[in-house]
Amino acid sequence: MVGITSYGGYIPKLRVDRMMMFQAAAWFAPAVIAVAQGERSLCNWDEDALSMAVEAARDCLAGMDKSALDALYLCSTTLPYADRQNSGIVKTALNLKDAVVTADMTASQKAGTTGLITALDAVAGGQKKNIMVVASDKRESKAMYFYEMWFGDGAAALCVGSENVIAEFKGSHSVSHDFADHYRGAGYKFDYMWEERWAKDEGYTKIIPEAVKGLFAKLGITMDDVDKFAFPCFFTREHKGIAKALGAEGAKLVDNMHNVCGETGVAHPFVMLISALEKAKPGDRILVCGFGQGCDALYFQVTDEITKLAPRKGVAGRLADKRKMPNYQKYLKFRELMEVEMGIRAEAGGQSAVSALWRNRKMITGLVGNQCRKCGTPQWPPMDICVNPDCGDMGKKDDYEFSGKSAKILTWTADMLAVSWEPPCTYGLIDFDGGGRMIVDFTDCEQKDLAVGKEVRMTFRHRWFDKDRGYHGYSWKAVPVKEEKKEGAK
Amino acid sequence: MADGIRDKVAILGMGCTKFGERWDVGPGELMVESFTECLQDAQIEKKDIEAAWFGTCIEEVGVGKSAIPLSLTLRLPKIPVSRVENYCATGTEAFRGAVYAVASGACDIALALGAEELKDTGYGGLPDLGAGSGPTNWLWFPNVTAPGGFAMLGQAYAHKHGVDAKDLKRALAHISAKSHANGAKNPKAHLRKAVTVEQIMGAPIIAHPLGLFDCCGVSDGSAAAIVTTPEIAKKIKGADAQLVSVKALQLACSSGEEMGYSKWDGSYFMTTRVASKKAYAEAGITDPRKELSMMEVHDCFSVTELVTMEDLWISKEGEAWKDCIDGVYNIDGEVPCQVDGGLKCFGHPIGASGIRMIYEMYLQLLGRAGERQLKDPQLGLTHNLGGFPFMNVCSISIVGRYDG
Repeated sequence: MVGITSYGGYIPKLRVDRMMMFQAAAWFAPAVIAVAQGERSLCNWDEDALSMAVEAARDCLAGMDKSALDALYLCSTTLPYADRQNSGIVKTALNLKDAVVTADMTASQKAGTTGLITALDAVAGGQKKNIMVVASDKRESKAMYFYEMWFGDGAAALCVGSENVIAEFKGSHSVSHDFADHYRGAGYKFDYMWEERWAKDEGYTKIIPEAVKGLFAKLGITMDDVDKFAFPCFFTREHKGIAKALGAEGAKLVDNMHNVCGETGVAHPFVMLISALEKAKPGDRILVCGFGQGCDALYFQVTDEITKLAPRKGVAGRLADKRKMPNYQKYLKFRELMEVEMGIRAEAGGQSAVSALWRNRKMITGLVGNQCRKCGTPQWPPMDICVNPDCGDMGKKDDYEFSGKSAKILTWTADMLAVSWEPPCTYGLIDFDGGGRMIVDFTDCEQKDLAVGKEVRMTFRHRWFDKDRGYHGYSWKAVPVKEEKKEGAK
Repeated sequence: MADGIRDKVAILGMGCTKFGERWDVGPGELMVESFTECLQDAQIEKKDIEAAWFGTCIEEVGVGKSAIPLSLTLRLPKIPVSRVENYCATGTEAFRGAVYAVASGACDIALALGAEELKDTGYGGLPDLGAGSGPTNWLWFPNVTAPGGFAMLGQAYAHKHGVDAKDLKRALAHISAKSHANGAKNPKAHLRKAVTVEQIMGAPIIAHPLGLFDCCGVSDGSAAAIVTTPEIAKKIKGADAQLVSVKALQLACSSGEEMGYSKWDGSYFMTTRVASKKAYAEAGITDPRKELSMMEVHDCFSVTELVTMEDLWISKEGEAWKDCIDGVYNIDGEVPCQVDGGLKCFGHPIGASGIRMIYEMYLQLLGRAGERQLKDPQLGLTHNLGGFPFMNVCSISIVGRYDG
């Protein structure tokens, strides 16, 4: 049996209330009220498609042996590098083994479902045993228009394999059409969109049914054999209309999630599929489509294994963990749609030595420290001589992964002098459970969330962008764990 | 076993510029200014100097690399000149080099000069060196500034000793108010305005819990010392002249334990506790609170001064905040501290600061401190702390009247 063996989700904590966006934009674009319901997800200033992909992948690895992965496919249209394999950075952040196939799949909103079909085919063919497919997007849009309302940021990951399958793959059907409802030329920041009526009538409404009907014919099934139908379409009326025309109504149609996060680009078919899997019972049959210059349709049946899946945040957990974006100006700054005076201090920078990064790739990208073989002390940063003053052993050390360890704040500050996109800049010293200490930046928090002794967990973040050289740096930060989660568990 | 530096070297002369935002002059003119005063005070000629140590820290915005900026500026006649840098201990390191050279017998007369021009950055606070902080650090080290790095002491100290946030803030305000009162009396100080505890507590936050008045001035300036043996000093200054000699010079550098090993609690300086004990032993001091007449400590931030009072074994652990409020370290207190205004108000041109602290001790010991002169001081301690609480270098010097 071949199919999905695990899933993981990542929706950034920040949510923007669309009515707040509308109120800021109404003087210019009153028509956007038509889509100004609910809230959209938004990357924090230190997040992008790559950092979200790492977080979704980490969630997907819960309870899994990551050394079993043979390949990692990263699917997105908003990856930071045009020529430096982005999936290779994800692989290093996850501290996967070196003997692994990594590939970036891009340039279409259906890149995720195409990556998933490719992975399923590879496993079915027996050449690979376990493959992770991560989809992530942080789509840019100009201010005060429909698309900034429709779009959300997010990522999702699926593992496929032939053991412990939670959703069996029954088959797929794809069609390819050079249908450019929107396009983004190489080097351009924003999409160029053609008239929405045309996109709906000639695109979504014709191409999605073409793929679905092709799949039904191939497998000899009908919509009666489908319990959940998940496909992205931010035109909510057409979303329902296309499903209805195909015979899927009411609870059978998976919500397009406009109200809770917006459309997360390449990640969205996965995000919707996972939201269905999170509620699924063994035996449920799920049809999922990805749309973009054609359409991929895939059909799965949930197995008993789903009940044994290790706990994870998933899409539901991430949606519940949120932080409100207080105003539209801050949204504009975070999206770099407004030029803010950052001061001369912010000019400090310089080249990033990729030779030093290569040497220290496990440490910097993977948050791997080391552990003394003599006294067992885990140490960060990894160094040759043991930091324990009563030990000081100079012998060989073993790799020690800090990324999954929880930690507690030893001390902290909130700094108004440090250059920050969201002052005050917060950082401090943390002590890991099981040993090891680190000086770290905090993120996804405010000053009131910090206190000596408070629990934090590590998260992978976009560190900075060197505009002069086109370099994107990444490193790990600490996020305070919310109190209410603990209270809820009591 | 080595018997230490005590009374082996005397200070022959010292000089110090006015510290501050010296838009009018560059680092070269600052060096000449402190050197001229120092040379006149020493009553020697430039050709009598056999070796020199030059301290400057952030050369990127100052003089550039090497000792050449000093030898070239002072037109030193091709003598050995070394440039030293050790964060905020830089000035004291230059002094240590000169003192050790004389003590070893390698030369009779040596110069230590520290200079720093920090204000050519275009913004307030210390320069941010970006990738200049080292290629690997640049790739991972968090966005720490000096005030933020030291502010973390506050949270840890308050947590450890159960000090209420308001009480801590008030103690810190007393520290800065005292230094402002002292600085107001010093014509060479950068900041010469007295401020109240209330003004300090109400100032904008720089890095929680530190406000604007909890942070020292970032200044341009230079200070210099010429040292020799007590015997030569007597020959030059006369047999009856009061001399100031070096009683102790100690340095302690972090091993990485604070930042990397889960034992240190974040509320104090491991290095200072070690260096101060060694310095007291070297100087023959057994009860520093009683024996020290005065101190100039590294008050880059008020909270640094607070915990340093405990690390120097003057205040009991957990009680420095009360001693500060009670005025123990005021100019009329039990152990006057920052008599010249401290880094807080005299200013902090990094490479010059250590020597500037010794300069104040020297003036006090010779009765030349003017309006802020203490009564009959015998021994003074200076202290520098470079880096961050979690990774630093601490230097301590003790100087006093030479009774040989």
